[in-house]
Amino acid sequence: MPANPAQLLANSPEYTVSELSSALKRTVEDTYGHVRVRGEISGFRGPHASGHCYFALKDESAKIEAVIWKGVHGRMRFKPQEGLEVIATGKLTTYPGSSKYQIVIEAIEPAGIGALMALMEERKKKLAAEGLFDEARKQLLPWLPEVIGVVTSPTGAVIRDILHRLEDRFPRRVLVWPVRVQGEGSAEQIAAAIDGFNALPDGGHIPRPDLLIVARGGGSLEDLWSFNEEIVVRAAAGSMIPLISAVGHETDVTLIDFAADQRAPTPTAAAEMAVPVRSDLVVEVSSLAARALVAWKRGHDDRRTELRSAARALPGASELLAIPRQKVDSAAAALPRALRASTNVHHRRFTRISGGLTLRVLRSQVAHAKQSVAATSARLSHCTQVGLRHRRDRFAGLAVRLRTSRFANAQAQRDRITRDDERTQRLFERARRALVTLLQQHETRMTHSAKLLAAVSYRGVLARGFVLVRDDAGRALRSAAAVGSGARLTLEFADGQVNATSDVNRTAATSSSPGSSPKSQPRPASSRRATKPADQGNLF
Amino acid sequence: MAENAPADVKTLSFEHAIEELESIVKRLEDGKVALEESVAIYERGEALKRRCEELLRRAEARVEKITTDASGQVTGTEPLDV
Repeated sequence: MPANPAQLLANSPEYTVSELSSALKRTVEDTYGHVRVRGEISGFRGPHASGHCYFALKDESAKIEAVIWKGVHGRMRFKPQEGLEVIATGKLTTYPGSSKYQIVIEAIEPAGIGALMALMEERKKKLAAEGLFDEARKQLLPWLPEVIGVVTSPTGAVIRDILHRLEDRFPRRVLVWPVRVQGEGSAEQIAAAIDGFNALPDGGHIPRPDLLIVARGGGSLEDLWSFNEEIVVRAAAGSMIPLISAVGHETDVTLIDFAADQRAPTPTAAAEMAVPVRSDLVVEVSSLAARALVAWKRGHDDRRTELRSAARALPGASELLAIPRQKVDSAAAALPRALRASTNVHHRRFTRISGGLTLRVLRSQVAHAKQSVAATSARLSHCTQVGLRHRRDRFAGLAVRLRTSRFANAQAQRDRITRDDERTQRLFERARRALVTLLQQHETRMTHSAKLLAAVSYRGVLARGFVLVRDDAGRALRSAAAVGSGARLTLEFADGQVNATSDVNRTAATSSSPGSSPKSQPRPASSRRATKPADQGNLF
Repeated sequence: MAENAPADVKTLSFEHAIEELESIVKRLEDGKVALEESVAIYERGEALKRRCEELLRRAEARVEKITTDASGQVTGTEPLDV
């Protein structure tokens, strides 16, 4: 090195990059091994899967990368949050490989009350929007809980205050769930205690409290911060056991106060809310019991008085019976006398009547009855004769009427028969005339038809001079061709028949016949022409 | 008298017992209850009073601390001295 003049001129030591980097690292890490830096958290990423958090701290003009290792983050009371202004404590380290430095943060605290209040306000808004603070969610506190669960620090004034006040008012069974009330992990412990009390089964080994008190003594906003953590607020809101929050002094407000069913200004006040005063109750019960006794006794006295006055008004039994008894006595006395009198009366009557009953009276009655029978029988025979005569007369009259009416009836029948006979004669005459007329009509029609038939008959044609030719079997021959030479023919004229034998000369007949041959009769004519040419002139 | 009263008095909470006692006192004071019923409800009132007194007598302080294992599960209780 001394060989190089330029380096001699520079007159300064020469580093390698590594040497310089490590020198810088030493300088930086030694100088800034423990710093407190204030800045706003920016670009917060984390915790990552690894558990580490990465972000930057910045102010108006500068920015420094920051990291919080996993273990440190887990212990932190205030978790870093984007935009939060904090004071971070830690050390600077460098990366020799890339000429960068960063701060490794050991602890973090909010920079001042204002930042913390803003954070709390923001969280309150968020949780309120979820309905965690709704009035409708609030439960009523039991009037006299059997078991009270207290979530607080097991040491210190708070639990003592609560227990003393309970002792004064109404000693109860108290279960204390010991927790840290500030510092790292406290929020998780408080939330776990609230959930833990809720998870106790009814009628289990450890009794489930009827009421919870979450309490802490006074302190700074930072000290009370655990009671603003979301996990605690959610546990309080979700508690199925009615819950009283008693955190800090009267002026301290934390978010758990909004989620609790009742907020007590102090732990002592919480104990007062939890139970009524026992001595008051004792007095109340005994006064109620005394009133019940008095009222009940008075009711009895009143009834007794009523009964007495009613009893006075009630007449004595002997008094009620005296008059009826007197009546019975006098009636009983009169009874035998009356019986005797009655017997006497009846006896006198019997004597009077039996005196009149003798044989003579009976005889005269029989004679009287006999007379009466005789008179009645005489009247009866007279009546019978009169009745018979009367009926006979009536019969004779009826017989005369019957004869007359029979004669009249026969006459009427004869007249009717005569009338019917005349009518039959008339109808017969009309029928006969109609038959004659009908026969005449039929005769006319028949004559007419016969004329028509004669007109259209082949005989009519024969009468006009034509001839019908038959073969020896009697069949009518319609063409010359049907006539063989020497065939036996029968010629039928209008006035009779002639037998003939054909002598065929066909040429003449065939040449003249085709054009003028009608259907039936002309043919035999042509054949006839062959045998009797003389008739031909007559024919046409 | 307690034997004659309905059994459920023994399970009533203080609050319910004293409420019912109050209503019985009111009815008795109104004086409109029939004799037989007045005896019955007076007896019940007496039972309710006993129940209330019993509940008030049972007011004893007993303070315990929940103990948990490493995973935060409840293991039991132990007396707490403060």
